[in-house]
Amino acid sequence: MTAPLHLVLEWADWLNLFGHFLLMSLMSVGGAISTSSEMHRFLVEQHHWLTQEQFNQSIALAQAAPGPNVLFVALMGWHVGMNAGSTAAALSGVLVTMVGIMTPSTILTYTAARWGHRNRDLRAVRAFRQGMAPIVIALLLSTAWFMATSAGTSARAPSAAVLANWPLWLAAIVSGLIIWRTRIHLLWLLAAGAVLGARGLI
Amino acid sequence: MNAPPSSPPSATSDPANRPRSPADLFISFTLLALQGFGGVLAVVQRDIVDRKRWLTQEEFIEDWAVAQIMPGPNVVNLSLMIGGRHFGIAGALAALAGLLTVPLILVIGLAVLHARFADSAAVAGALHGMAAVCAGLIGAAGLRLASALKKSPMPLSWCLAIGAAGFILVAFLKCPLPWVLFGLGGLNCVLTWRRLAS
Repeated sequence: MTAPLHLVLEWADWLNLFGHFLLMSLMSVGGAISTSSEMHRFLVEQHHWLTQEQFNQSIALAQAAPGPNVLFVALMGWHVGMNAGSTAAALSGVLVTMVGIMTPSTILTYTAARWGHRNRDLRAVRAFRQGMAPIVIALLLSTAWFMATSAGTSARAPSAAVLANWPLWLAAIVSGLIIWRTRIHLLWLLAAGAVLGARGLI
Repeated sequence: MNAPPSSPPSATSDPANRPRSPADLFISFTLLALQGFGGVLAVVQRDIVDRKRWLTQEEFIEDWAVAQIMPGPNVVNLSLMIGGRHFGIAGALAALAGLLTVPLILVIGLAVLHARFADSAAVAGALHGMAAVCAGLIGAAGLRLASALKKSPMPLSWCLAIGAAGFILVAFLKCPLPWVLFGLGGLNCVLTWRRLAS
Protein backbone atom coordinates (compact mmCIF):
# COMPACT_ATOMS: atom_id res chain seq x y z
CA MET A 1 0.00 0.00 0.00
CA THR A 2 1.28 3.44 -0.89
CA ALA A 3 1.44 6.10 1.80
CA PRO A 4 -1.80 7.99 2.43
CA LEU A 5 -2.00 11.43 0.87
CA HIS A 6 -2.41 14.65 2.83
CA LEU A 7 -3.52 17.40 0.53
CA VAL A 8 -4.13 21.08 0.84
CA LEU A 9 -6.61 22.03 -1.86
CA GLU A 10 -6.91 25.69 -2.82
CA TRP A 11 -9.83 27.27 -4.65
CA ALA A 12 -7.82 27.11 -7.85
CA ASP A 13 -7.41 23.35 -7.36
CA TRP A 14 -11.15 22.83 -6.93
CA LEU A 15 -11.77 24.86 -10.08
CA ASN A 16 -9.15 22.86 -11.93
CA LEU A 17 -10.82 19.63 -10.81
CA PHE A 18 -14.25 20.91 -11.85
CA GLY A 19 -13.01 22.12 -15.22
CA HIS A 20 -11.32 18.82 -15.93
CA PHE A 21 -14.49 16.84 -15.26
CA LEU A 22 -16.53 19.23 -17.42
CA LEU A 23 -14.13 18.44 -20.23
CA MET A 24 -14.23 14.70 -19.52
CA SER A 25 -18.00 14.85 -19.77
CA LEU A 26 -17.87 16.05 -23.36
CA MET A 27 -15.39 13.31 -24.27
CA SER A 28 -17.27 10.49 -22.57
CA VAL A 29 -18.78 8.89 -25.65
CA GLY A 30 -19.51 5.32 -24.64
CA GLY A 31 -19.84 6.17 -20.96
CA ALA A 32 -17.73 7.88 -18.36
CA ILE A 33 -15.65 4.72 -17.93
CA SER A 34 -14.09 5.29 -21.36
CA THR A 35 -12.42 8.43 -20.00
CA SER A 36 -11.15 6.70 -16.85
CA SER A 37 -7.64 6.35 -18.27
CA GLU A 38 -7.52 10.12 -18.72
CA MET A 39 -8.84 10.59 -15.16
CA HIS A 40 -6.08 8.30 -13.96
CA ARG A 41 -3.46 10.42 -15.71
CA PHE A 42 -4.91 13.64 -14.25
CA LEU A 43 -5.72 12.59 -10.68
CA VAL A 44 -3.08 9.99 -9.90
CA GLU A 45 -0.06 10.78 -12.06
CA GLN A 46 -0.19 14.52 -12.66
CA HIS A 47 -1.64 15.99 -9.45
CA HIS A 48 -1.22 13.13 -6.95
CA TRP A 49 -4.67 13.84 -5.56
CA LEU A 50 -5.56 10.15 -5.51
CA THR A 51 -3.56 6.98 -4.82
CA GLN A 52 -3.55 4.04 -7.21
CA GLU A 53 -5.45 1.94 -4.62
CA GLN A 54 -8.13 4.59 -4.26
CA PHE A 55 -8.47 4.80 -8.02
CA ASN A 56 -8.92 1.03 -8.41
CA GLN A 57 -11.23 0.83 -5.43
CA SER A 58 -13.47 3.59 -6.78
CA ILE A 59 -14.10 1.68 -9.99
CA ALA A 60 -14.49 -1.73 -8.32
CA LEU A 61 -16.92 -0.48 -5.67
CA ALA A 62 -19.08 1.36 -8.18
CA GLN A 63 -19.23 -1.81 -10.28
CA ALA A 64 -20.23 -3.89 -7.28
CA ALA A 65 -22.81 -1.46 -5.91
CA PRO A 66 -26.24 -1.03 -7.47
CA GLY A 67 -26.72 1.97 -9.74
CA PRO A 68 -25.06 3.45 -12.80
CA ASN A 69 -21.32 2.85 -13.10
CA VAL A 70 -20.72 6.59 -13.47
CA LEU A 71 -20.86 6.75 -9.66
CA PHE A 72 -17.21 5.73 -9.68
CA VAL A 73 -16.63 9.42 -10.44
CA ALA A 74 -18.37 10.38 -7.19
CA LEU A 75 -16.10 7.98 -5.29
CA MET A 76 -13.01 9.54 -6.83
CA GLY A 77 -14.27 12.95 -5.72
CA TRP A 78 -14.97 11.51 -2.27
CA HIS A 79 -11.43 10.14 -1.94
CA VAL A 80 -9.82 13.35 -3.19
CA GLY A 81 -11.79 15.27 -0.54
CA MET A 82 -10.90 12.74 2.17
CA ASN A 83 -7.24 13.10 1.23
CA ALA A 84 -7.71 16.82 1.89
CA GLY A 85 -8.69 15.90 5.38
CA SER A 86 -12.40 16.23 6.11
CA THR A 87 -15.81 14.79 5.41
CA ALA A 88 -16.97 18.25 4.30
CA ALA A 89 -14.18 18.32 1.73
CA ALA A 90 -15.13 14.80 0.66
CA LEU A 91 -18.73 15.86 0.09
CA SER A 92 -17.50 18.88 -1.89
CA GLY A 93 -15.39 16.49 -3.94
CA VAL A 94 -18.47 14.41 -4.75
CA LEU A 95 -20.42 17.52 -5.72
CA VAL A 96 -17.66 19.01 -7.89
CA THR A 97 -16.86 15.81 -9.79
CA MET A 98 -20.47 14.66 -10.29
CA VAL A 99 -21.83 18.04 -11.38
CA GLY A 100 -18.81 18.36 -13.66
CA ILE A 101 -19.17 14.96 -15.31
CA MET A 102 -22.96 15.18 -15.68
CA THR A 103 -23.82 18.72 -16.79
CA PRO A 104 -22.36 19.14 -20.31
CA SER A 105 -23.31 15.69 -21.55
CA THR A 106 -26.80 15.99 -20.07
CA ILE A 107 -27.53 19.28 -21.84
CA LEU A 108 -26.09 18.03 -25.13
CA THR A 109 -27.92 14.72 -25.09
CA TYR A 110 -31.22 16.22 -24.04
CA THR A 111 -31.11 18.75 -26.87
CA ALA A 112 -29.99 16.25 -29.49
CA ALA A 113 -32.56 13.66 -28.43
CA ARG A 114 -35.41 16.17 -28.62
CA TRP A 115 -34.32 17.17 -32.10
CA GLY A 116 -34.03 13.53 -33.18
CA HIS A 117 -37.47 12.68 -31.79
CA ARG A 118 -39.15 15.62 -33.51
CA ASN A 119 -37.48 14.67 -36.79
CA ARG A 120 -37.81 10.91 -36.44
CA ASP A 121 -39.44 10.53 -39.84
CA LEU A 122 -36.52 12.11 -41.68
CA ARG A 123 -34.72 9.59 -43.84
CA ALA A 124 -31.34 10.38 -42.26
CA VAL A 125 -32.69 9.94 -38.72
CA ARG A 126 -34.36 6.64 -39.61
CA ALA A 127 -31.20 5.43 -41.34
CA PHE A 128 -29.11 6.30 -38.30
CA ARG A 129 -31.42 4.56 -35.86
CA GLN A 130 -31.95 1.41 -37.87
CA GLY A 131 -28.37 1.24 -39.08
CA MET A 132 -27.07 1.38 -35.52
CA ALA A 133 -29.28 -1.45 -34.22
CA PRO A 134 -26.83 -4.33 -34.93
CA ILE A 135 -24.02 -2.36 -33.24
CA VAL A 136 -26.19 -1.79 -30.17
CA ILE A 137 -26.76 -5.53 -29.87
CA ALA A 138 -23.08 -6.30 -30.45
CA LEU A 139 -22.08 -3.87 -27.69
CA LEU A 140 -24.49 -5.43 -25.21
CA LEU A 141 -23.17 -8.91 -25.94
CA SER A 142 -19.59 -7.63 -25.62
CA THR A 143 -20.35 -6.12 -22.22
CA ALA A 144 -21.82 -9.44 -21.08
CA TRP A 145 -18.67 -11.15 -22.31
CA PHE A 146 -16.37 -8.72 -20.45
CA MET A 147 -18.36 -9.01 -17.24
CA ALA A 148 -18.34 -12.79 -17.25
CA THR A 149 -14.62 -12.81 -18.03
CA SER A 150 -13.67 -10.31 -15.33
CA ALA A 151 -15.92 -11.94 -12.72
CA GLY A 152 -14.12 -15.19 -13.55
CA THR A 153 -10.66 -13.66 -13.35
CA SER A 154 -11.05 -11.94 -10.01
CA ALA A 155 -12.69 -14.93 -8.32
CA ARG A 156 -10.72 -17.73 -6.71
CA ALA A 157 -8.95 -18.94 -9.84
CA PRO A 158 -6.39 -16.44 -11.14
CA SER A 159 -6.90 -17.18 -14.84
CA ALA A 160 -9.86 -16.17 -16.96
CA ALA A 161 -9.94 -19.63 -18.49
CA VAL A 162 -13.50 -20.78 -19.03
CA LEU A 163 -12.70 -24.28 -17.80
CA ALA A 164 -11.18 -23.14 -14.49
CA ASN A 165 -14.23 -21.00 -13.68
CA TRP A 166 -16.92 -23.17 -15.21
CA PRO A 167 -19.42 -22.75 -12.32
CA LEU A 168 -19.35 -18.99 -12.79
CA TRP A 169 -19.84 -19.23 -16.54
CA LEU A 170 -22.59 -21.77 -16.01
CA ALA A 171 -24.32 -19.39 -13.58
CA ALA A 172 -24.08 -16.55 -16.11
CA ILE A 173 -25.46 -18.68 -18.95
CA VAL A 174 -28.27 -20.19 -16.88
CA SER A 175 -29.36 -16.79 -15.55
CA GLY A 176 -29.20 -15.40 -19.08
CA LEU A 177 -31.47 -18.19 -20.35
CA ILE A 178 -33.94 -17.72 -17.47
CA ILE A 179 -34.10 -13.96 -18.10
CA TRP A 180 -34.44 -14.43 -21.84
CA ARG A 181 -37.27 -16.92 -21.55
CA THR A 182 -39.22 -15.80 -18.46
CA ARG A 183 -40.41 -12.62 -16.76
CA ILE A 184 -39.10 -13.52 -13.30
CA HIS A 185 -38.08 -10.54 -11.18
CA LEU A 186 -34.35 -9.85 -11.36
CA LEU A 187 -33.93 -9.53 -7.61
CA TRP A 188 -34.60 -13.27 -7.17
CA LEU A 189 -31.77 -14.15 -9.54
CA LEU A 190 -29.40 -11.60 -7.99
CA ALA A 191 -30.19 -12.99 -4.53
CA ALA A 192 -29.57 -16.53 -5.76
CA GLY A 193 -26.25 -15.46 -7.28
CA ALA A 194 -25.27 -13.73 -4.04
CA VAL A 195 -26.10 -16.79 -1.91
CA LEU A 196 -24.25 -19.21 -4.21
CA GLY A 197 -21.28 -16.85 -4.33
CA ALA A 198 -21.19 -16.26 -0.57
CA ARG A 199 -21.12 -20.01 0.03
CA GLY A 200 -18.25 -20.39 -2.39
CA LEU A 201 -20.24 -22.50 -4.85
CA ILE A 202 -19.62 -20.26 -7.86
CA MET B 1 -33.34 21.11 -41.26
CA ASN B 2 -37.00 20.78 -40.38
CA ALA B 3 -39.44 17.93 -40.73
CA PRO B 4 -42.07 18.53 -43.37
CA PRO B 5 -45.16 19.84 -41.56
CA SER B 6 -47.32 17.15 -43.13
CA SER B 7 -45.27 14.24 -41.79
CA PRO B 8 -47.58 11.94 -39.84
CA PRO B 9 -46.69 10.99 -36.26
CA SER B 10 -45.55 7.37 -36.18
CA ALA B 11 -48.52 6.29 -34.09
CA THR B 12 -48.29 2.65 -35.07
CA SER B 13 -45.17 2.11 -33.00
CA ASP B 14 -46.51 3.76 -29.85
CA PRO B 15 -46.05 1.55 -26.80
CA ALA B 16 -48.98 0.41 -24.69
CA ASN B 17 -48.22 2.43 -21.56
CA ARG B 18 -46.60 5.60 -20.36
CA PRO B 19 -45.37 6.96 -17.04
CA ARG B 20 -48.09 8.70 -15.02
CA SER B 21 -46.07 11.61 -13.63
CA PRO B 22 -42.53 12.84 -12.98
CA ALA B 23 -42.86 11.26 -9.52
CA ASP B 24 -43.65 7.94 -11.19
CA LEU B 25 -40.49 8.38 -13.30
CA PHE B 26 -38.41 9.19 -10.22
CA ILE B 27 -39.60 6.13 -8.29
CA SER B 28 -39.35 3.81 -11.29
CA PHE B 29 -35.80 4.85 -12.08
CA THR B 30 -34.78 4.63 -8.40
CA LEU B 31 -36.03 1.03 -8.30
CA LEU B 32 -34.31 0.28 -11.61
CA ALA B 33 -31.02 1.68 -10.41
CA LEU B 34 -31.14 -0.38 -7.23
CA GLN B 35 -31.46 -3.59 -9.24
CA GLY B 36 -28.55 -2.81 -11.53
CA PHE B 37 -25.34 -4.29 -10.20
CA GLY B 38 -22.51 -3.56 -12.60
CA GLY B 39 -24.72 -1.42 -14.83
CA VAL B 40 -28.36 -0.53 -15.17
CA LEU B 41 -28.90 -0.74 -18.91
CA ALA B 42 -30.12 -4.32 -19.08
CA VAL B 43 -32.50 -3.67 -16.18
CA VAL B 44 -33.98 -0.80 -18.16
CA GLN B 45 -34.60 -3.11 -21.10
CA ARG B 46 -36.26 -5.66 -18.85
CA ASP B 47 -38.32 -3.31 -16.71
CA ILE B 48 -39.22 -0.42 -19.02
CA VAL B 49 -39.67 -2.48 -22.19
CA ASP B 50 -40.64 -6.00 -21.15
CA ARG B 51 -42.62 -5.27 -17.98
CA LYS B 52 -43.88 -1.68 -17.94
CA ARG B 53 -44.04 -1.33 -21.76
CA TRP B 54 -43.22 2.36 -21.82
CA LEU B 55 -41.12 1.68 -24.92
CA THR B 56 -41.28 -0.93 -27.69
CA GLN B 57 -38.22 -3.06 -28.46
CA GLU B 58 -37.55 -0.97 -31.58
CA GLU B 59 -37.86 2.33 -29.73
CA PHE B 60 -35.52 1.04 -27.05
CA ILE B 61 -32.87 0.11 -29.61
CA GLU B 62 -33.19 3.44 -31.39
CA ASP B 63 -33.01 5.45 -28.17
CA TRP B 64 -30.11 3.34 -27.02
CA ALA B 65 -28.16 4.06 -30.20
CA VAL B 66 -28.63 7.78 -29.59
CA ALA B 67 -27.76 7.40 -25.89
CA GLN B 68 -24.61 5.53 -26.87
CA ILE B 69 -23.38 7.94 -29.48
CA MET B 70 -23.86 11.04 -27.33
CA PRO B 71 -21.33 11.81 -24.59
CA GLY B 72 -22.32 10.79 -21.08
CA PRO B 73 -23.17 7.49 -19.43
CA ASN B 74 -25.57 5.70 -21.75
CA VAL B 75 -28.13 4.74 -19.11
CA VAL B 76 -28.17 8.33 -17.86
CA ASN B 77 -28.74 9.52 -21.43
CA LEU B 78 -31.51 6.96 -21.86
CA SER B 79 -33.27 8.10 -18.68
CA LEU B 80 -33.09 11.72 -19.88
CA MET B 81 -34.65 10.75 -23.21
CA ILE B 82 -37.47 8.68 -21.71
CA GLY B 83 -38.27 11.28 -19.06
CA GLY B 84 -38.00 14.18 -21.49
CA ARG B 85 -40.30 12.60 -24.06
CA HIS B 86 -43.21 12.39 -21.61
CA PHE B 87 -42.78 15.39 -19.31
CA GLY B 88 -40.16 17.65 -20.88
CA ILE B 89 -37.35 18.95 -18.72
CA ALA B 90 -39.18 18.09 -15.48
CA GLY B 91 -39.48 14.47 -16.62
CA ALA B 92 -35.85 14.29 -17.71
CA LEU B 93 -34.62 15.67 -14.40
CA ALA B 94 -36.97 13.41 -12.40
CA ALA B 95 -35.68 10.30 -14.19
CA LEU B 96 -32.07 11.45 -13.82
CA ALA B 97 -32.50 12.22 -10.11
CA GLY B 98 -34.17 8.85 -9.57
CA LEU B 99 -31.28 7.09 -11.25
CA LEU B 100 -28.58 8.84 -9.23
CA THR B 101 -29.77 9.98 -5.78
CA VAL B 102 -30.25 6.81 -3.76
CA PRO B 103 -27.41 4.87 -5.47
CA LEU B 104 -25.07 7.82 -4.80
CA ILE B 105 -25.86 7.72 -1.08
CA LEU B 106 -25.46 3.95 -1.07
CA VAL B 107 -22.13 3.90 -2.87
CA ILE B 108 -20.66 6.51 -0.54
CA GLY B 109 -21.91 4.49 2.41
CA LEU B 110 -20.20 1.45 0.91
CA ALA B 111 -16.94 3.36 0.49
CA VAL B 112 -17.08 4.31 4.15
CA LEU B 113 -17.74 0.72 5.20
CA HIS B 114 -15.35 -0.78 2.68
CA ALA B 115 -12.43 -1.26 5.06
CA ARG B 116 -14.63 -3.33 7.37
CA PHE B 117 -16.06 -5.82 4.90
CA ALA B 118 -13.37 -5.94 2.22
CA ASP B 119 -11.64 -8.92 3.84
CA SER B 120 -14.76 -11.07 4.12
CA ALA B 121 -14.60 -13.96 1.65
CA ALA B 122 -18.38 -14.34 1.84
CA VAL B 123 -18.98 -10.73 0.76
CA ALA B 124 -16.45 -10.97 -2.05
CA GLY B 125 -18.05 -14.25 -3.15
CA ALA B 126 -21.54 -12.77 -3.08
CA LEU B 127 -20.35 -9.90 -5.30
CA HIS B 128 -18.88 -12.36 -7.81
CA GLY B 129 -22.11 -14.34 -7.81
CA MET B 130 -24.12 -11.21 -8.54
CA ALA B 131 -21.68 -10.19 -11.27
CA ALA B 132 -22.21 -13.56 -12.97
CA VAL B 133 -26.00 -13.07 -12.91
CA CYS B 134 -25.53 -9.56 -14.33
CA ALA B 135 -23.39 -10.88 -17.17
CA GLY B 136 -26.23 -13.26 -18.04
CA LEU B 137 -28.75 -10.44 -17.75
CA ILE B 138 -26.90 -8.20 -20.18
CA GLY B 139 -26.40 -11.03 -22.65
CA ALA B 140 -30.11 -11.86 -22.51
CA ALA B 141 -30.99 -8.21 -23.16
CA GLY B 142 -28.89 -8.34 -26.33
CA LEU B 143 -30.54 -11.57 -27.49
CA ARG B 144 -34.03 -10.19 -26.87
CA LEU B 145 -33.31 -7.05 -28.83
CA ALA B 146 -32.05 -9.08 -31.79
CA SER B 147 -35.70 -9.78 -32.67
CA ALA B 148 -36.08 -6.09 -33.56
CA LEU B 149 -33.56 -6.54 -36.40
CA LYS B 150 -36.32 -8.21 -38.45
CA LYS B 151 -37.89 -4.77 -38.95
CA SER B 152 -34.71 -3.27 -40.40
CA PRO B 153 -34.81 -2.34 -44.08
CA MET B 154 -31.61 -4.35 -44.48
CA PRO B 155 -31.75 -8.17 -44.83
CA LEU B 156 -31.70 -10.01 -41.49
CA SER B 157 -28.58 -12.00 -42.42
CA TRP B 158 -26.74 -8.75 -43.16
CA CYS B 159 -27.76 -7.30 -39.77
CA LEU B 160 -26.57 -10.44 -37.99
CA ALA B 161 -23.24 -10.30 -39.83
CA ILE B 162 -22.73 -6.65 -38.83
CA GLY B 163 -23.65 -7.55 -35.24
CA ALA B 164 -21.21 -10.46 -35.20
CA ALA B 165 -18.45 -8.28 -36.66
CA GLY B 166 -19.11 -5.65 -33.98
CA PHE B 167 -18.93 -8.27 -31.23
CA ILE B 168 -15.62 -9.67 -32.51
CA LEU B 169 -14.13 -6.18 -32.91
CA VAL B 170 -15.07 -5.09 -29.38
CA ALA B 171 -14.81 -8.29 -27.34
CA PHE B 172 -11.79 -9.97 -28.93
CA LEU B 173 -9.85 -7.37 -30.90
CA LYS B 174 -10.41 -4.70 -28.19
CA CYS B 175 -11.17 -2.15 -30.86
CA PRO B 176 -11.78 1.36 -29.39
CA LEU B 177 -15.48 2.11 -29.18
CA PRO B 178 -15.51 5.21 -31.44
CA TRP B 179 -14.01 3.17 -34.31
CA VAL B 180 -16.77 0.63 -34.06
CA LEU B 181 -19.53 3.21 -33.60
CA PHE B 182 -18.43 5.57 -36.35
CA GLY B 183 -16.74 3.03 -38.63
CA LEU B 184 -18.92 -0.06 -38.68
CA GLY B 185 -22.02 1.77 -37.40
CA GLY B 186 -21.52 4.64 -39.82
CA LEU B 187 -21.09 2.26 -42.76
CA ASN B 188 -24.31 0.46 -41.89
CA CYS B 189 -26.16 3.77 -41.50
CA VAL B 190 -25.09 4.86 -44.97
CA LEU B 191 -26.16 1.53 -46.47
CA THR B 192 -29.49 1.72 -44.64
CA TRP B 193 -29.95 5.28 -45.87
CA ARG B 194 -29.45 4.18 -49.46
CA ARG B 195 -31.81 1.25 -49.02
CA LEU B 196 -34.52 3.50 -47.53
CA ALA B 197 -34.48 5.58 -50.72
CA SER B 198 -35.48 2.72 -53.00
